[in-house]
Amino acid sequence: MQIPVKAMSKLAWRNLWRNYRRTLIMLLAIAVGAWAMIFMTSLLRGMVDDMVKQGIRALPGHVQVHTAAYRDDPSVNHGLPAPDEALLEVLGGEQVQAWTSRLKVPAMISSEYENRGVLLLGVDPAGETELGFDDGDIVEGRFLEGADDPGIVIGRKLLQRLETRLGKRVVVMSQDPDNAVADRGFKVVGVFQAELESREESIVYAGREVIQRMLGVGSDISEVAVLGRDYKLPEPLAASIRATVPADVEVLSWLKLDPYLATMMAVMNGFVLVWMVVIFLALSFGLVNTLMMAVFERVREIGLMRALGMRPAAIVYQILVESLMLLALGLLFGNLLAIGSIIPLQDGIDLSAVSEGMEMMGASSVLYPVLLWPDLVLANAVVIVLGIITSLLPAWRAAQYRPVEALGRS
Amino acid sequence: MKPNSGRRRAFGLSLRLAWRNIWRQKRRTWLTALAMIFSNILLVFMISLQFGSYDMMINNTLRMFSGQIQVQRDGYHENQKMRQVIPAIGELASGIRERFPQASVAARANAFVLVSSQDRSFGTRIVGVEPGHEPGVSTIPGLVREGRYLDNPDAAEIVIGSVMARNLKVAVGDELTFLGSGREGSFAAGVVTVAGIFDSGSMDLDRSLAEVPLGYFQEAFDMRGSGHVIALLLDDLNAVDGLLTPLKALVGEREELVVLDWETLTPGLKQAIQADMTSAWFMYGVLIVLVAFSVLNTQLMSVLERTREFGVIMALGIRPRRLALLVLLETFLMALLGLLIGALLGGLVTGYFAYAGFAYPGMDQMAEKFNMPAVIFPALDPLSVMLGPSVVFIFCLFAAIYPALKLYGLRPVDAMRAV
Repeated sequence: MQIPVKAMSKLAWRNLWRNYRRTLIMLLAIAVGAWAMIFMTSLLRGMVDDMVKQGIRALPGHVQVHTAAYRDDPSVNHGLPAPDEALLEVLGGEQVQAWTSRLKVPAMISSEYENRGVLLLGVDPAGETELGFDDGDIVEGRFLEGADDPGIVIGRKLLQRLETRLGKRVVVMSQDPDNAVADRGFKVVGVFQAELESREESIVYAGREVIQRMLGVGSDISEVAVLGRDYKLPEPLAASIRATVPADVEVLSWLKLDPYLATMMAVMNGFVLVWMVVIFLALSFGLVNTLMMAVFERVREIGLMRALGMRPAAIVYQILVESLMLLALGLLFGNLLAIGSIIPLQDGIDLSAVSEGMEMMGASSVLYPVLLWPDLVLANAVVIVLGIITSLLPAWRAAQYRPVEALGRS
Repeated sequence: MKPNSGRRRAFGLSLRLAWRNIWRQKRRTWLTALAMIFSNILLVFMISLQFGSYDMMINNTLRMFSGQIQVQRDGYHENQKMRQVIPAIGELASGIRERFPQASVAARANAFVLVSSQDRSFGTRIVGVEPGHEPGVSTIPGLVREGRYLDNPDAAEIVIGSVMARNLKVAVGDELTFLGSGREGSFAAGVVTVAGIFDSGSMDLDRSLAEVPLGYFQEAFDMRGSGHVIALLLDDLNAVDGLLTPLKALVGEREELVVLDWETLTPGLKQAIQADMTSAWFMYGVLIVLVAFSVLNTQLMSVLERTREFGVIMALGIRPRRLALLVLLETFLMALLGLLIGALLGGLVTGYFAYAGFAYPGMDQMAEKFNMPAVIFPALDPLSVMLGPSVVFIFCLFAAIYPALKLYGLRPVDAMRAV
C-alpha cells in the first residue's frame, strides 16, 4: 500500500496544532536553540577571522620566503639575494595579488633620553601598503615615500616611551654582517598606530635601500612576503614559489609561520560542531518529550487507524512528518532571529572594555560577526538530521501499538 | 493541636502528593530530569575547567615573573622611563620584608640595552635583581637549565633565556657586552659572563629577558642605590587584597610611590578572563534556557491534562493557591532530582579529569600563548560543582510559574467538564 502523502501531511499539520501551547513552547525552544547556534558561531567566526586577518597583516602576507636559517636566527647574515627572474615571473603571475621584499633585523633605537629594542623593517613603502599597512594608521606626519626615504616611521607607543617627537632625530643601532655595530641617525617623519599595542612599541619602518646601505649588505633582503588571492588556500601558491628557489631557501605559508593561528582555525571548526551538537542535545529531550506526549494522547486514534488498515510504516511516517514540520518551523524562526540579530551588529561590537585581554588572544577590540553559509547550513542540518533520528523513537513506539489494545485504552 | 503542626502536616501531605504526581508520567519526568542532568553534567565540567584554567593562567603568569603586587614610582608603569626610580630601593625592600614576613619581596631595576656576543647583537631588556630574594618572587631562577642562577649581588654575571642564548649564539661561560644609557641618560656599558640559561616555556620571556645582579646593575647604570620595581608574591592570591592597604600605608610615607596589584600590572590577563567568562556564560545561559523550556512544557502539559482532576479538587473547596503550590512543589522535586543526580555525575566526571588532566587537540599551541601547560586540571570544589546546577534549578522553578498561574483562572464547573 502506498502512503497517502498529501493526506498524511495535512493530518500531521493539524495534529501539530491540536495542542498549540505545547507546540508553541517547543517551537520557541527550537528557535532559541537555532538562534544560539548561528549567532554564537558567527561571533566566533568573526573573532577568528579577525585574528587571522590581524595575523596575516602582521606577518605580513600569505606566503613568505626566507633562507632556511633565518627564522631561527633572524640575523642580517641570513639574508636572501633580491628575487631573480624565475621568482619574479611567479610573483608577477595570476596567483599573486601583491608582494614586497623587506629587510628585517633586530635593532636598538635611542632618543636622547631612552632606548628600546625593536624590529627594524627596511621596506618598499608601496609594497608594504599593498600587503596590509594602512596609510590611515599614520596619526602624525607621513608614511615613507620610497625605498630610499631617509626618514623613519615609528609607533605611537614607542614615540611616547622614547620621549621624542615628530621631526626629532633618533639613532638606530644594529649589527652589520661582521658583527660590528652599524648605526645611523634618522628623522622621525611619521607615527603610526596599530590595533595591537605591542606592534606600536616594537616595530619601526625605514627605507629598504637606506637600511641596506647602513648594514652594508648590498641588495640582500631578509624576506619576500607574498599576498595571494585567498588566504584559505596559501599552499598552492607556496608550492609554485618553492619550485623557483634553491633548496636552502624556505617558502612557508602563514599556516606554518603562525601555528597558533592555524590551530585556532582548526580548533574553532571543531568547537562550532561541538557547540551545535550540545545545543541540539539540550533540545532533544524536550523534542522527544513533546512527541511522546503527542503519541500518548492519541493511542486510541492510532489504534483506530491501524484497525482501519493503516500500516505501521504509515504511522511512523506520520509522526516523522509532524516532527519535521515542527523542526522546520522552529528553524525558520531561529534563522530569521539569528540573521535579524546579526545584521544590526554588522558595524561591529565594541569590546574596548576588555581590549587588552583581546590583544592577549591576538584579536582586536571591535568584533564583527561573520555569518558563513556553511555554518548556517550546518546548524540547520544538525537540527533536522539529528531531530529526525531522535523522533524515530517515539514514532517507532507509536507504530508498535496493537490495534485492539490501543482501542481499549482510555 | 497547635495551628503550626496542622500546617506542617498539610505540607507533608502536599509533598507526598507531589512526589506521587511526578511519577504518574514516569517517562516524561525522567526525560525532563535527563535534560537537567545533561546540562548539569556539562555545566559542572565546563565551570570547573574554566576555574581551573583561570587559576593556572593567573598563577603561572604572575609567579613566572611579574609578582602579584609591585611598588613603583608613580607613572613608571605607563612610561617606564629610566629616571622614574625608587630611591634607596634596597632599604625600602628590607622594610617591607620585615613588616610583611608572609610575603616574598624582591627589588628590581630595568634597562633597555643593545646586548652583543661575538656574532650577534640584539636590543633587549635587562633586569637587575637581588639574587638572594628573586627566587621568592619568580620561578625563573628555578628554571635555569644550564649553568646556575646568580648568587653574588655585585658580580658581573648574567642569566638569559634559552631563545636569546640561541639567537646570540652563546653558552654558559661566554661573555656578553651591553650598551645602553644610565639613569640620567649617561652612557652605560659593561661586560658580563653568562652564568646560566633558563627555559621558561614562554617564548616571550625566553627571548627577551636577561637578569644581572642588582648591585652590579646599579653601578653600571649609575643608579646610585635606586631601582624601579619592588615585586611581592604571596602564597595565596586571595590574600593579596588584604595586604594592599597596610602596604599602601607603609609605602605612602614616600608619596611619589604607588602600589599596583596584578590586575593593574597585567590588565590583559584579567580582561582575557572577563572576555572568556562572558562568552562562556552566554553559552551556559542558552543551555539553561533550553532546559527551562523543557520544564515549562512538561509542567504545562501536566497541569492541562489534570484539568478535570483539579476541577474536582477545587469543587471540594481547595483554594487555587494550594494547587499552584502543589505544581511548584512538583517542579521543585523534579528539579531537585536533576540537581542531585546532575551534580553527582558532573562531579564524578570532573573528578576523573581533575585527576587525569584534560586536553583537546591543538590545545598545546593555545596554552603556550597564555602561559599554561598543555593539560588542564579542572578545579573541583563545592562552588564549581554547585554553581551551574543551582542556576539551572532556579530557572526551572521560574519555568513552573506560568503553569502554576494557569490554575488561578480555572473554574471548577468548566474544568470538570474538560476532557
